[in-house]
Amino acid sequence: MTETSVTEIRDVIIIGSGPAGLTAAIYTARANLRPLVFEGALSSTGDQPGGQLMLTTEVENYPGFVDGIQGPELMGAMRAQAARFGAEFVTDKIDRVDFSSRPGRVWVGDAEYQGRAVIVATGARAKMLGLDNELRLIGHGVSTCATCDGFFFRGHTIAVVGGGDSALEEANFLTKFAEKVYVVHRRDSLRASKIMQERAFKNEKIEFIWDSVPVELQGDDRLSGATVKNIKTGDLSKLDITGLFVAIGHHPNTNLFVGQLAMDDASYLLTHRGTHLNVEGVFAAGDVQDRTYRQAITAAGSGCMAAIDAERWLEGQPHQSDINETPTDW
Amino acid sequence: MAGNLLELTNETFDEEVGASELPLVVDFWAEWCGPCRMVAPVLEQIATENAGKIRLAKLNVDDAPAVAQRFNIMSIPTLMVFKDGEMKKRIVGAKGKGQLLEDLAEFL
Repeated sequence: MTETSVTEIRDVIIIGSGPAGLTAAIYTARANLRPLVFEGALSSTGDQPGGQLMLTTEVENYPGFVDGIQGPELMGAMRAQAARFGAEFVTDKIDRVDFSSRPGRVWVGDAEYQGRAVIVATGARAKMLGLDNELRLIGHGVSTCATCDGFFFRGHTIAVVGGGDSALEEANFLTKFAEKVYVVHRRDSLRASKIMQERAFKNEKIEFIWDSVPVELQGDDRLSGATVKNIKTGDLSKLDITGLFVAIGHHPNTNLFVGQLAMDDASYLLTHRGTHLNVEGVFAAGDVQDRTYRQAITAAGSGCMAAIDAERWLEGQPHQSDINETPTDW
Repeated sequence: MAGNLLELTNETFDEEVGASELPLVVDFWAEWCGPCRMVAPVLEQIATENAGKIRLAKLNVDDAPAVAQRFNIMSIPTLMVFKDGEMKKRIVGAKGKGQLLEDLAEFL
């Protein structure tokens, strides 16, 4: 990425490129606001350009796709649609922001960018278990991406941790490869949707381990097993597994905004009047402000709302050319 | 770009790795791996900008499962750097250009 420390002031800066960020980009681009989208850096987690859907396979509940669509394909189409209307992209992560004055300022390394309006759509990332060995064994049995790594567990016995839609979707997907898939869940019932539950209960390769959590991972250069604890009885048991996939929920990506944007007790951004935040000219959309629904379609919907809110807010501000002619001494 | 890119198979892997005069960066990937597809153009760019220092090769794990198994690949994308026929470095997971350049610095 070529970077310069001299920047123009953009009408709209969008941070994030999942369904929320890209929908906001489509709408603001069509409103001739020339959005600059910071789409993130490549990674093998949900924290990457395109967001969490880049790690999913079949998306069956996004309206308009009768036979479903692959997550990466859907995100590629959204990005192309935004680009078609003039959205521009920076493929990097923002290191620092300053929203204390207008326009908002963001930095990638030493390169500074300014946006009269800023839409925050940084999404959420999958939680890890936080066990010793967990990080060390990533890529050696512990996986952050079932669609990337399932292939390597052909004939293996593995475990998925969690009880929501993501966990059951991963478990079902992984039975295409694995001989057996344990689903380790800390309760005795599932949060997942009924259709996902039915599929999992019918799948003979899936065995549920209820009321239990992993407490230890074994393995030197690759995962060889896990100890799980029944939290009702306190009993410990050993699972001989070579693969572990964790789907125990999400944490909003808001570290960048601590001390600047108002958050709730779980670090989700607090919106009011649609997508407005506590800072004038800064808006939020998608999972970063949604602890309830967290769907591709709700993220896209709130991205549209943020774009409209930002556009209306900009219309109420001094004309763009007035601002551009002001010496930039901030 | 294409001139610098080598496709490896179960049959050609050892020969190509042994014969490479430059450090050979092997990208273990597959069609169905989203992060692999994202990282591929970045790797090609790095290889092009560092032509004469490193050479890039791709290994499709669907087509060459034996090699993937031999190196205990359990996650893709995985990059391995071979020098004088020996594996010198293993990089697991998709990363941005800056991070990859840092990881590959000793060979550039």
